[in-house]
Amino acid sequence: MDRRSFLKAGASAAVFPAVPSVGPVPARAATEKVMRLAMTLGDIPLTSGQPSQGAEGIRFIGFALYDAMFGWDLTQRDQAAKLIPGLAESYSVDPETRTVWTFNLRKGVKFHDGSDFNADAVIWNLDKLLKKDASQFDQIQVAMAGSYIAGIKSYRKIDDHAVAITTAQPDAMFYYRVAGINYSSPARWKEVGGDWNKFAERPSGTGPWMLEKLVPRSRAELVRNPNYWNKERIPKLDRLILLAMPDANTRVAALLSGQIDWVEAPPPDTVPRLKQQGMQIVSNVYPHVWPYWLSYTPDSPFRDIRVRKAANLAIDREGLCQFLGGLAKPARGQVDVTHPWFGKPTFEIKYDPAAAKKLLAEAGYGAAKRCKVKFLTSQAGSGQMQPLPMNEFVQENLNQVGFDVEIEVVDWEALRARRRARADGAENKGVYGLNNSWSIMDPDFGVMSVIYSKNAPPVGNNWGLYNDATADALCEKAKVEFDIGKQYQAIAELHQYVVDQAMWIWVVHDLNPRALSPKVKGFVPPQAWYVDLSSLDLA
Amino acid sequence: MLLFVLKRLLYVLPIAFGVSVICFTLVYLAPGGPESALIPDNTPPAVAAQIREAYGFDKPPPVQYLLWLRRVLTGDFGTSITTRRTVISEVMPAMLNTFKLAGGAVLLACIAGIALGTLGAYRNGRLSDRSIGAVAIAGISVPQYWLGMVLVVLFSVNLGILPATGMGETRSGIWDQASHLILPTLTLAVVPAGLIARSVRSTVGEILNQEFVQTLHANGLPPLRVFHHVIKNAAPPALAVIGLEFARLLGGSILVETVFSWPGTGFLLNSAIFMRDLPVVQGTVLVLAMFFVLTNVLVDILQMAFDPRFKRARAATGAAR
Repeated sequence: MDRRSFLKAGASAAVFPAVPSVGPVPARAATEKVMRLAMTLGDIPLTSGQPSQGAEGIRFIGFALYDAMFGWDLTQRDQAAKLIPGLAESYSVDPETRTVWTFNLRKGVKFHDGSDFNADAVIWNLDKLLKKDASQFDQIQVAMAGSYIAGIKSYRKIDDHAVAITTAQPDAMFYYRVAGINYSSPARWKEVGGDWNKFAERPSGTGPWMLEKLVPRSRAELVRNPNYWNKERIPKLDRLILLAMPDANTRVAALLSGQIDWVEAPPPDTVPRLKQQGMQIVSNVYPHVWPYWLSYTPDSPFRDIRVRKAANLAIDREGLCQFLGGLAKPARGQVDVTHPWFGKPTFEIKYDPAAAKKLLAEAGYGAAKRCKVKFLTSQAGSGQMQPLPMNEFVQENLNQVGFDVEIEVVDWEALRARRRARADGAENKGVYGLNNSWSIMDPDFGVMSVIYSKNAPPVGNNWGLYNDATADALCEKAKVEFDIGKQYQAIAELHQYVVDQAMWIWVVHDLNPRALSPKVKGFVPPQAWYVDLSSLDLA
Repeated sequence: MLLFVLKRLLYVLPIAFGVSVICFTLVYLAPGGPESALIPDNTPPAVAAQIREAYGFDKPPPVQYLLWLRRVLTGDFGTSITTRRTVISEVMPAMLNTFKLAGGAVLLACIAGIALGTLGAYRNGRLSDRSIGAVAIAGISVPQYWLGMVLVVLFSVNLGILPATGMGETRSGIWDQASHLILPTLTLAVVPAGLIARSVRSTVGEILNQEFVQTLHANGLPPLRVFHHVIKNAAPPALAVIGLEFARLLGGSILVETVFSWPGTGFLLNSAIFMRDLPVVQGTVLVLAMFFVLTNVLVDILQMAFDPRFKRARAATGAAR
C-alpha cells in the first residue's frame, strides 16, 4: 500500500464512528418519511420489554415496541387519558373473591417476528418477571416492572386466549398496574439463544413500531409495523429516529438547524425564538403536579392547617406561570380542575396574601415571629421543570406573608433518596417541605400512595407521614371499588378532602411543551405522560 | 531506559488501586446508593430487596469492593446495572469516540499553539507578542460550554453549514461524519491551544536568550537553521504539556460531549453518575486513570528520546561503569 492510500485509509478510520451499531443496517429509501426526535435521556431506554428511564422510556420505547393488556387512549386532547382495551379485548373480576382477574386476549395478534401472541406468551412473560427459576427470568426487567407486578399472587392459562391473574387481596388498582406489563416474544428470545442482551438488540413485541437499529448511548431507529393489530394505529411515518440528547440547549439548536424534527422539553426562554423560526410549540395540561410535599413530623409548622392554607394562599401562581412563559397552569389541587378526580373542594387555592397573613397570624406567626421552614429541591429531574428559579419565586412569595423560607438544593437522585428516607429520617431533620414533581396517571401511585397512612416509605410514597383517618377510609373505599365510574367518584371524594385539608402546597401543573418542526403533522398532545407516535406524519 | 520504563509502569499498580478505592467510596458517599436510580419510585420493598440482593448491593461496601476488585483482576469489569451491557463494551467505544475528538483537538491545538507561541517569542515585547498572549489567556479562560453553544448558534443555526450535534451516520458518507467532528473539536481545542501557546512562548523565549543561539548567529548559520536548533531544544517541555493535555482530553470533556451529544467517555460518565451506575463509573474512571498514567509514561519516554541531555547523561553513566 502506498503512503497516499495509507493516509486515506487512516483518515477514513479516524472519522468512522467507533460505536458499532447493532442490528442490520439496510439502505434507506429516498422516499422514506423519517422523523428525528430528541429525547432528554442520555441513553436509549432498555428495549427488551420493560423499558428503563421512567416515563420517557415508556413513552418512546415501551409504547412504541410493546403493548399491554390495556393501553392508554392518547388520541384525545380535551380529556384526561383513560385506559382502553389493548391485548385484552375484555376482562372481568370474580365478584366473590374480587381477586381473580380474567383477561380475554385479542385474537390474531402477532409479535414482530411473526409468532403468535397468546396465553402461553402471557404466562411466559409473567414468569419472566415473577418466576425466579424460569430460564427467561430477567432481574433488570423485574426492577423496571416492580410496581406493576406488586400484589400478583398467582396466574394461569385458561385456554389459548384467556388467562387468569390472582391478586393477593381485592385491589381495584390492579387495573392500572396491569397496563404497565409488556409482552416480549418468547420465540425471538429462543431464537437469540435465551440472551436478553441479544434480545435487546433485536427486540420483538406486538407494538406499532419495530426496532431496526440501536446505537447505544446515541440513537434508536424504529420502523413502522405494517401488520400491527390495531389498523387505526399503524404508523404513518416509515421511520422514527430517537436520539439521546440530554442538554436542553443542544436539542433546541438541533431543531433550529434542521437536524431534528421534535424536541422534548425546550427551555421556556427559547420558546419565542422557536416560534419566530416557525416551529410549533405544542402543550397541554397533563396529570403532573409541581408541589411541596409537607412534613407532618411533631416539629413541623405544617401540622397546623392554618399554616398549610396560608402557604397555599401566598403563592402567585398566575405570576409564576407568566414567568415560565405560559408553559404552566396554576394548580388547585393534586390534579387539574378539569380532571374527573378533582371533585368539589371548598378550600379554593388562589393568590390571597392578605388571607395568608391573617391565617399565619392566627397560628401565632407574624413579623416578630416568622414561620421558619426549610424546603428540599433538586437542580433538575423528571418533571421538575425549572426548579431553581421556581423555588426562588415561591420563596419570595412566602417570605412576603410571614414565612422565612430556606431552600436546600441537591441532585435529583439525592432528592429521591431523601424522599425514600421519610420526613422523620435523620437526613431530613429540619426539612418541612419536599419539592418533588409527581405523576397522577394512575390513582394508586399518584394519589393514594402519598396519602394513605400505611404508605410511609419504604412501603409507599407518603414521605411526610400524613395520617388522617378520614383520608385513610376514603383510600380504602377507592381501593376496592371495581366499577370504574364509581371508582372515579371515590377518588374525587378523596381528592377534594385532601385539598380541603391543604395536605400539600400545590403550585403549578406543567404543560409539557414540545417543539416540533413545521413539517410535523398529526400530533395530538394528550392529557398524559405518554404520546401516540402512530398519528405523526410529515408534510 | 528499559529499567526506567519498567519502574514507571510499576507505579501504575498503586495508582490504579488508589483510584478504584476513591471512586468506589465517592459513589457510595453520594446520597441514594447505586440501586436508587435502578429502582422506580413505587417498587414494593420486597422487590427492591430482591433487586439489591441480585446486584450484591445488600453486602457491606468493603465486601462489594473486594468482589469487584477480584473480578477486575481477571479482566471482568462487570456489567452496567442500567443497561446490562458489559462495562468494557460501554467504555471502549466511548474511549474511541473521545480519542477522535481528543486527537483532533490536540492536533489543532498543537498547530495553533506552537505557531502562536513561537511567533510570540520571536516578536518578544511587540504588539503581536502581547496580542498572542492575550489570545492564549482568553483561550484558557473561555468556558467551553458557552463556546460550544456559540459555535453551534453561529455555524449550525444561523449559517446552517455544520451540524449541531451527534456523530453522524455511517451511511451518510465520510463528509457527513467529518462535518460532525468540526465544531466539538474546535471547542475542545481552544484551552489546550492556549496552554501550549503560553508554554511554547515561554520556552522558546528562554532559549532565544541563551548564549548558544547568539553563537549560532555569530557563526553565520542561516536563521532557518538556528530556528531548527531552537525548536529541538524547546520540544521536550512542549511535549510534556501536549502529552498532559492529550491525556486530560482522553478523560473526555463532560461539558463539550454533552453539548454536542458526542457519545464519548465524558458523556458516558455524566450519564453513569446521574444514574448511579456504579460499575460503569468505576470501570470508566479506572480505564481513564490508566490511560492518563500510561500517556504520561509515554511522554516521559519520548522526552528522553528527544532530549540530548538525557542521552549524554546515559552515555556518561555507561562510561563511568
